[in-house]
Formats: sequence, structure tokens, C-alpha cells
Amino acid sequence: MADTIAWDWQTGEKSIPVGNSNSRFEWVEEPYVSYDGERVASIVNIAEGEFTVCVNGQTWENPFEKIWHLRFTADDRLTALVSDAGEWTLAVDGVSWENRFGYVWNPLFSQDGRSIAVSFQQDRQYGMALNDVPWEETYGNLTDPVLSPDGNHTAASVQVIPTGEVEIRKFQQGTISAAKDGVVWDRPFVNVWRKAMNLNGDLAAEVRLTLYDYTIAVNGSPWEKTFGGVWEPIFHPISGAVIAPVRVKGKWYLAEEGRLLWSTPFDQLWHPVVSPDGKCIVAIVATGFGKWTVAVDGRAWRHVFSDFVTDMTFSSDSRKIAVIVKDKERWSIAVQGTAWNNTFDMIWKPVFSPDGAHVAAKVERGGKYTMALDDRLWRQDCEAAWDPLFSPDGTRLLVKTIEDGTYFRRVIPVGEFG
Amino acid sequence: MNEPVKKVAEIIPDEGIDAGLARLTEDRIENTILRVLNGETGARLKVYVETCIHCGLCSEGCHYYLSYDKDPRYSPAGKVKQTLWEMIRKKGRVDKAFMRQAVVIAATQCNMCKRCAMYCPFGIDVAYLMSVVRRITHLLGLTPQYIQATAHSHSVNMNQMWIKEDEWPDTLQWQEDEARSEIPHLRIPLEKEGADIMYSVIGPEPKFQAQLIYQAAVIMNVAGVNWTMPATPGWDNSDMAMFTGDNELMGRIKRVHFETAGRLKVKKIVMGECGHAFRSVYDMGNRWLGWKMPPIPVFHAIEFYYDMIREGRIRIAQKYAEPVTFHDPCNVVRGRGLHEKARYVVNAMCDTLIEMHPNREHNYCCCAGGGVINCGPPYKMVRIDGNRIKAEQLFAVKARGARTLIAPCHNCHSGLEDINHYYGLEMNIKFIGDILYQVMKKP
Repeated sequence: MADTIAWDWQTGEKSIPVGNSNSRFEWVEEPYVSYDGERVASIVNIAEGEFTVCVNGQTWENPFEKIWHLRFTADDRLTALVSDAGEWTLAVDGVSWENRFGYVWNPLFSQDGRSIAVSFQQDRQYGMALNDVPWEETYGNLTDPVLSPDGNHTAASVQVIPTGEVEIRKFQQGTISAAKDGVVWDRPFVNVWRKAMNLNGDLAAEVRLTLYDYTIAVNGSPWEKTFGGVWEPIFHPISGAVIAPVRVKGKWYLAEEGRLLWSTPFDQLWHPVVSPDGKCIVAIVATGFGKWTVAVDGRAWRHVFSDFVTDMTFSSDSRKIAVIVKDKERWSIAVQGTAWNNTFDMIWKPVFSPDGAHVAAKVERGGKYTMALDDRLWRQDCEAAWDPLFSPDGTRLLVKTIEDGTYFRRVIPVGEFG
Repeated sequence: MNEPVKKVAEIIPDEGIDAGLARLTEDRIENTILRVLNGETGARLKVYVETCIHCGLCSEGCHYYLSYDKDPRYSPAGKVKQTLWEMIRKKGRVDKAFMRQAVVIAATQCNMCKRCAMYCPFGIDVAYLMSVVRRITHLLGLTPQYIQATAHSHSVNMNQMWIKEDEWPDTLQWQEDEARSEIPHLRIPLEKEGADIMYSVIGPEPKFQAQLIYQAAVIMNVAGVNWTMPATPGWDNSDMAMFTGDNELMGRIKRVHFETAGRLKVKKIVMGECGHAFRSVYDMGNRWLGWKMPPIPVFHAIEFYYDMIREGRIRIAQKYAEPVTFHDPCNVVRGRGLHEKARYVVNAMCDTLIEMHPNREHNYCCCAGGGVINCGPPYKMVRIDGNRIKAEQLFAVKARGARTLIAPCHNCHSGLEDINHYYGLEMNIKFIGDILYQVMKKP
């Protein structure tokens, strides 16, 4: 995430009319807003087979035949997948990458926004391109792409041995591997799925050695022990150890380097996360059938939720965890195991204040959007809204909304809630 | 219709089964059977096994039994007797020849349609018992080649048709372009976070039947719903791993599906006209992962069309004139009870609905579902001969005037097409969406 200190935290309200765009263009697609809230953009159609992007009322200089997947990077550059003359590439603030491909998709952004990766297909061969630099080696298929958190490396599962669709024995001998920055691991596997990378560029991935034996491979070497199932690995940021959920005799455990780390069995266990200070590990777990919650170092929260638990977030001081919960068909937020009283039709990922004292989230009720802070609701119902952001001192909230055809960027004191 | 059923070869060569058998030992068979019986089953299996009194009332529930001249080997109880009961009785000590018979019966002679469960005085679910057999044959590496290949596709691409990641959004954009010639501002919104609905389909739609996506896009646009489709894996709701017994892969596929919907922050998933996929997302895959119900509610297309017509968001310009009949798919009728909503939709868009008999939850199976059609060409005639009763049912309704057969399920469609051609029915087989698109008011 970009440094928010330089943002305008003084102006209480700014607005940009967006409703009048409809009269200027054939059609206007859904808007996207920059993280700092200063720009609002949409893909717009200007004629048959002719698209551009309108940002704060100004269109990009050059139109394209097709545009999709409009997104801001964390450093607030505006990107989109664009096509011209039957070729695809990525455009940043209206300027296309030099490389063109048969197709591009699934743009990935580094945490600081400076690196952008895409998957590409060219002449039925597949690879990834990082900041306009494509892999030198390409493959017959590519899945599960990932960009390292620092934005320096890309990796994906790739097909290394061509196989006919019904050649089941050949497939089961291993035709899939992983490639990092285009360079493939030494050995194939039956399957290679979700991956993680650390700052050293090490690559860990879920793999299947046979149709029945699952484990984690790190830089191409599988753990000695196999399991009845595995989920996504993570690297511990302090110890460097690889940690992953594993399935043993029908129950899920957290394992480290192939050995069980948590002795507690769960009906389900996934999305492990290490706290920012590296002192504890948490994961989303099911303690029973339809009983979902969060476990901290193997101990589940007392409260369980019937439907869904997702989008877990740590406070930056590592002392608190907030997570989206869905219980009895209603969405809410739980902080440290206690759910808010307010429930919603939908809710977005919770955001902590820098000191961890407050939690805010975008929420939806009855087709209208607003903000919730510490289980208190903002007064305004809106046509659209984006995730809130706290000021560096935690006293104000940046709120980005659309009301009556006008985009508003507001800086609201935390005390205005409820 | 009275010609004798053709003799089916006793042993059909199948690379998946034959190569698997070659690797087996009787010790491995025994250990695997005991592992499943002792480690993966419980009270449900025990109750079924101990409750069945071998009365044979389930027999009339099975289309194979009825079509194969009431040969008791094809009765539901007979299939269990030739597979699971024998494994239990012999404590897993069965030989390769037995296992070959077991996988052929479980994978290609039972559609897991659950019709027989309604005729059992105790409600014993033979489909579950066959799924236990399939689980054992999966762990023994005996799954038929074609459906195993489909499971491999799921494992690599998270779809059942080896559709690569770029081919999916490219196909949607192609259909969007095509549809704009009819509705100029039509969109298939990709990756639209916060839409109300994520629309999901099965792999054959982008692979072979892209017009169905076109039609769905028109229906969504005319109805004015706030919808999206994912541009990443997770778009395919189908699941052949559920039918091969690869439960771990089934869970992986469903996790991707539901987490994709969760990432897009949609309030519900609307799925196309597929039955087995509904079973996977509504019952099997979600529950294997620990969700009692789908974490994001799932609505089959029948329910969606029902809501859209009832709310007046889709209006009918001119009803479909040719008399129709309606085939009730097992997974959304016995599995979800959508038969009356389906009839509401059919009556809203068609002049004349002529019921086939039996119908609703008593309807005969298409003989394609449960992964049977996915076992491929080697078994095609087994299922076509094994569903003569369906042809008789359809000839009877055709004699009463029906000319179009509506089947809101992909497997049903494919199986009924085979019945249609082989038995010379000459009916027009359509999805609900085919007709709805044709008769609805468009701008």
C-alpha cells in the first residue's frame, strides 16, 4: 500500500460529477476509484467497437477495440487490459506496454503497486509478463499464477509434457510443474496448485504426487511426508519455514516443513496467516460441520458461525484480528471472536486503523452502501462506495462514495460515526 | 419397441479399468476396501446394510432393470449385492474379476438418480452405496478412462473440458460481441465485484454450446439484473470428481468455485441448466468441505427463470406454439423439488404442456447422469439399451401430441439426444433457456 501521509487529509469534501458521463458516451461501465480517492474512472464506449477510459471527465488519448479489467494499482496508476488490431496488452494510464500478445488476463499487482504481472498466450504458448517483460520460456498451458509480494518474481503451474486429453496413464506419471520467472522446476508432478513466494524468491506450492498423495514442494523438492490433502502454503516471515494445512485421516492440521505444528484436528483449516510481528499463526477453521471460526495458534475462538468466514485481517500491531463472518444468512464482522450486532446484505474486507483501535468496512443493506466503524453506521446511504481508509494518525476516515450521480471524496472524523 | 434388448458384451475393454487391474493385488484390494469401510463410512452405511430386507421393491424404481427385461442383476438391490454387500461379507477379500464387475456396475450401470430410494420401504439410498463402491474403485485406480480423463481436466484447469484460462474470458467476449448485434449495449460483465449475481456454467457451454451463454446474457440484460461472471477459474460449477469418488478433488473444485463467488462479493450464484453441478454445489462438494449449505446461496436456472417471470422482469412476447413435454431431472427435482416452479415457467412460455408419465419426482432417469455418459463411447449402448423404458415413456407422450421435449439439464440433454436418435423419436429437445430466449420480449 502506498504511503498515505502525502494524501489530502485536510479537505473535508471533494466532488466530481459522474452522472453526466452517460450523455457523452454510448455507455459507461461501472466506476473504479483510486486509493487516494482523487480519481474516478470508467470504461466507456464511444462508438461501435471503440472503447476508452474516462478519468475525472477526461478520456484516454487513444481508444481501443476492447478494454476490460480496469483497476488502480496501490500507487494509484490506472491499468486495464486492452486490445487493438486483434492483439492484447496492458495499458497503464492509457499507455500500452510495448509487448503485444494473443491474449492477456489476470493482472496481478505487488503490494506497493509498482510491479504488474499478467498471464499471456501467444501462438498457443503460455507465459507471464512482469512489467512488460515476458518470460523467455513458454509452455503448453499455465494455471495458478502468482506474483511475489515484493513484485520481483512471477510463478505459475505449467504443462511440461504434452499430453492427450484421454492419456490418463501418462498424465498420472506427471506432466505438470512450476515455473518461476519462466524457469521450470527440475521435476514434474501430477498437479501443482496454489503457491507462495518469499523475499528470497523461494517458491512453495501444493502438489499431488499421485492421484492420492498430496504434499508441499519447495523449489521443486517435495516434503518427505505426504498427506490426504493440502491447502495453500505460506512462508513464515521470520523463521522462513514453510507452513501449510494438511489432511490426516479425514481431519485438518497445520503443518510446518512436513511435521504437524498444531495438534488440534479441525474439520477444515485454510487461509493460514502469520501475524505481522511473526509471533502467532492464525487460520480459518471449521470446528465441526457448519461451525466456522478462526483459530489462533491452534485454539479456536469460542464463537462459531454457520455459513462462512473469510477475509481475515490483522491489525498492524498484531494484537487484533478482524474477519468477515456470515451467520444464519447475514453478513457481519467479528473482531477477536466477537461479532458486531449489525448485520448486512453484504460486507467488504475489514480495515484496521494504524493503531488497531478501530475497524471499518464498506457495507450494503437494501441495495444501498455505507460505512460501518466499530459496529456503528455512517449516516449516509449511497449508490456506490469503496473500501474506507484511515488517516495515518487514525483520527479520520477517507470515505469514497457516489450519491445522486456525483462522486464524493470525504475525510470524516472517526467521532462522526454513530 | 418390442424388439428384444441387444446382448451387451460382458467385458468392455477400458484402459482405465484394465491398466488399473493389472497393478492390483488382492492384499491391496482388501486393505483399500477395509480402509473405506472402517475409515470413511459410519452409521449411514451400517443402517442401510442392516435395514435392507432384500424385498426387491426398489427394482421397479430402476430404469436399467425395467429396460433390461427385469433382469435382477440390474435391480438396485442386485447391484448392491454384486458389489458392496459382497465386499462387506468377505471383509474385503475379493478378487480382481470381482472388482472389475464392481466398477462396471457402480460407474456405468447406476446413474445415482435416487429414484429407487423412493420405492424402498425404508428409504435406503442405493446411490450412496454405489458412491462408496466408486470411492473404493477410485482408490484402487480402477476408474473408467474417459471420466478419469475428465477428472484430470478438473484437476489442472478447474473445469471439465480442458479449457485454458485465456479461452474462457475470450469466449465470453466473443459471445458479448455476437449478442451486441441483437442488443447493442449488452454486456457480459467480467469480474464486477459487488454484483448481485455470479452466473456460473459448466465446461461444455464455452467449449461446444456458446450460444447458451449468449442466450443467458440476453436474458440477464433484458431482466436488468446486476450480474457478473468470473474471468478466473471457479466459473465452472461442474464436477466429475464427485462421480469418480475423488472426494479430495471434488472439494478442491468446489472451494475454488465458492471462494471465487466470495471474492466477487456476490449475494448469490445463479447456475445454468445443469443437474449434476447443482448436486455438487448444493449437496456434495460444499458438505465435504464443511459447509452445511452453500456459503453463497445457489439458484438453479429454473428458480431464476421462475423469479424473473413471476416478478415481471421477463415478459413473454408470443408463447411457443409446438406442444411440449417436460423431463424432470433427478438432481433438481428429487434433489431440490423444483418440479412445480419448472412447470410454472414452462406454462408461462409455452401454449401446451403435455405431461409424460410418470413425471415429477417419479420421472424416469435420462440414463446419462451420475457420470455414466462421461464414461464415454465404450458404454454408450449399455445406457441406450438400458433406457428403453425412457423411449417408451417418450413415445407415449409423443402419441398424445408432444413434439418438443424440454430438459433443463446438460446430462439429461445428451442422454435424451441419444435416446431420441437411436429409437427414432424425432422430438425437438430444448433447454428452457432456448425457448425463453426465443419467446421473451426483447428491446
